[in-house]
Amino acid sequence: MASNVMAVDRMRIQEPTWGETLHEWVTTVDHKRIGILYIALALFFLVVGGVEALIIRIQLMSAHNDFVSPQVFNRMFTMHGTTMIFFVAMPILFGFGNYLVPLMIGARDMAFPRLNAFSFWLAAISGLVLYFSFLGGSGLYAAGTAPDVGWWAYAPLTARAFSPGSSADYWTIAVLVSGFGSIGTAINLIATILSMRCQGMTLGRMPLLAWLYLTMAAMVLIAVTPLSAAQIMLLIDRYLGGHFFDTQAGGSATLWMHFFWIFGHPEVYILVIPCFAFMSEIIPVFSRKPIFGYPVMVAATVCIAFVSMSVWAHHMFTIGMSSYANSFFTITTMAVGVPTGIKIFNWLGTMWGGRIQFKTPMLFAVAFLFQFLIAGLTGIMMAASPFDWQLSLSYFVVAHFHYVIVGGILFAIFAAFYYWYPKATGRMLSERLGKIHFWLFVIGFHLTFDLMHVPGLLGMPRRIYTYEPGRGWETLNLLVSVGAVIQAVAVLVFVLNLILSYWKGARAGKDPWDAWTLEWSISSPPPAYNFAAVPAVASRRPLWDLKHPEDPDSRYE
Amino acid sequence: MEASRALEMTPTPAGEPVPVWTLPDRGKVGMVSFIIAESAIFTIFVVAYLFYLGKSLTGPTPGDVLEAPIFYTICLLSSSVTIHLAGKRLERDQRATFLALWLLTIVLGGLFMYGTAQEWRRLIYEHGLTISTNLFGTTYYSLVGLHAFHVTVGLLMLAIVLVAGLAGRVSAAHSARVDVLSLYWHFVDTVWVVVFTVVYVIGR
Repeated sequence: MASNVMAVDRMRIQEPTWGETLHEWVTTVDHKRIGILYIALALFFLVVGGVEALIIRIQLMSAHNDFVSPQVFNRMFTMHGTTMIFFVAMPILFGFGNYLVPLMIGARDMAFPRLNAFSFWLAAISGLVLYFSFLGGSGLYAAGTAPDVGWWAYAPLTARAFSPGSSADYWTIAVLVSGFGSIGTAINLIATILSMRCQGMTLGRMPLLAWLYLTMAAMVLIAVTPLSAAQIMLLIDRYLGGHFFDTQAGGSATLWMHFFWIFGHPEVYILVIPCFAFMSEIIPVFSRKPIFGYPVMVAATVCIAFVSMSVWAHHMFTIGMSSYANSFFTITTMAVGVPTGIKIFNWLGTMWGGRIQFKTPMLFAVAFLFQFLIAGLTGIMMAASPFDWQLSLSYFVVAHFHYVIVGGILFAIFAAFYYWYPKATGRMLSERLGKIHFWLFVIGFHLTFDLMHVPGLLGMPRRIYTYEPGRGWETLNLLVSVGAVIQAVAVLVFVLNLILSYWKGARAGKDPWDAWTLEWSISSPPPAYNFAAVPAVASRRPLWDLKHPEDPDSRYE
Repeated sequence: MEASRALEMTPTPAGEPVPVWTLPDRGKVGMVSFIIAESAIFTIFVVAYLFYLGKSLTGPTPGDVLEAPIFYTICLLSSSVTIHLAGKRLERDQRATFLALWLLTIVLGGLFMYGTAQEWRRLIYEHGLTISTNLFGTTYYSLVGLHAFHVTVGLLMLAIVLVAGLAGRVSAAHSARVDVLSLYWHFVDTVWVVVFTVVYVIGR
């Protein structure tokens, strides 16, 4: 028996008190705990950002509604966007990366555990700073509370003249500090993946998840930093009287747009590449086949990373760039579709001929494939600059990017929760609640975001707080809002599942899915030290080799 | 399934010698990643500087007031040589020479900062150029200031090593860590080559 792990646990003589537990969590440098802290932080902000979305949808449910004032509406969409990108999507993906990467490459911890804790607390504190704006944002001028400049905070709207008080400063500092946290974690992920792999785990034998997180972290280094630089410039403008974005003194509002979107577009790929990573682990296990085309998957990912660095100005077609710039960014944007298409093809190739098990993680994974494809197709539509001139800043755009972020990224995150929750807690999530969550969320999602394309095509601009009756938008907007409520109910079912299964769920054991990567070789939840002995691997599926010594993968790779 | 137990015993294919498993040093990988991130930040500031060249609505202009700080540039660039030599000495555990070269590095870096301070004093008091005067002032003080900030941080870290060294706490065993710090210092010097070219060569 490998009972040495249990023996160590039983040596603890008495249970720690509540205060001791709290102290342990606050001062922890263990990658698994920091991962869970990241995820908990993100889930908290997911609920907060979700409430803001519901406020927006209630306001737009009918024409001439006055549920909130125009000022509050502006704050709601600004906070919703900022929260969901910087304080939900980023921390939740870093959380999964923190938890999984060391386990999957057979390491004891991240390369820099204290930097890891520091990065997490930067993320947590910057979230707090952003939300403190509701109290402190009015500054000495008693004007404004939370930021209301939109999540791109275009210049010169952020200049002192147009954003008096401190609301814009809370936004700037929160985003700047969370960016420093992201850079810290990215450095950590790269150093971990390159320098902490166990014996035999060459780059070509790493789980795809490690490869994809490596790519994502490299993108964070190059793409998040321009935003940090732009925020520093904005602070210089607001506090030292600089003129970077001051159009009165020759400064350029367009430059801010470039700097923001040089961050903003790669950010989409920073968020979606970890989701590709989840897909690349989940789809093979539930298709009972190894991933189809491993080297091509790696190449396609790195290719996406490169190409996505040169597509940013497709967010700016309507500002009047030269025809050469328009053509360049149209072509590069469409080109991203090629490696992405290769990835979707390879996931389908993995499923093809497999014995597919439709457990909840796989349901979310399959929905991801369909929805991400559709999101990509509307993306190709808008990559054509003349088409974009018609629909930029309309609800068509809003529907498109929510299709990516909810239909793609959030579905993949749910899949990851159902897949790895047993590893982190030792308990299975309820399949029954999981299926209810899945179907409610699919119905709510499609009701909201399929229909949202239509008011966009009919000319409804984004960010308006209300609209005239008789334009044919009312029924559609009502249905979109109904879909939002259904999604909210689905998320409640999910949260209920997380809580109930923690105490009532079936025991997971080491390896509930009969999977092949190293994290499933140790107990659930894993001990603090991860591996009692440093593992050595000889193929991409070390656990397959163990379970099938007569026919190991290492014979073929 | 006794996975973890069996995993410890995963055999290397029979007959083959156990390969030596070496990985890159995590400190170096971390510092190189950090330098890549920093380079992106500097790139954005350099782009802003170049983009706003000649766009100031009022004077003074770079051509009027800037003089290339050749001597202080030579100081900073030589400090890259001295820190490299210091690292080599530490590898061989020649601590006294290491400390002397390390101190020289700090002195050269300090001289550079003195040069920057003198230049800023001249610009502010003689030419009335501050960060809020015009676009040139905004971009110049931001870019040069961002670099000076990095030199200052570097000097503080060098000073920590110096103090530890004087206390007899730095030996050949710490060579790899000192090399990681040297990487940062080389980066700061390299950035100055770019800033110098942009501000004092192209910009005038």
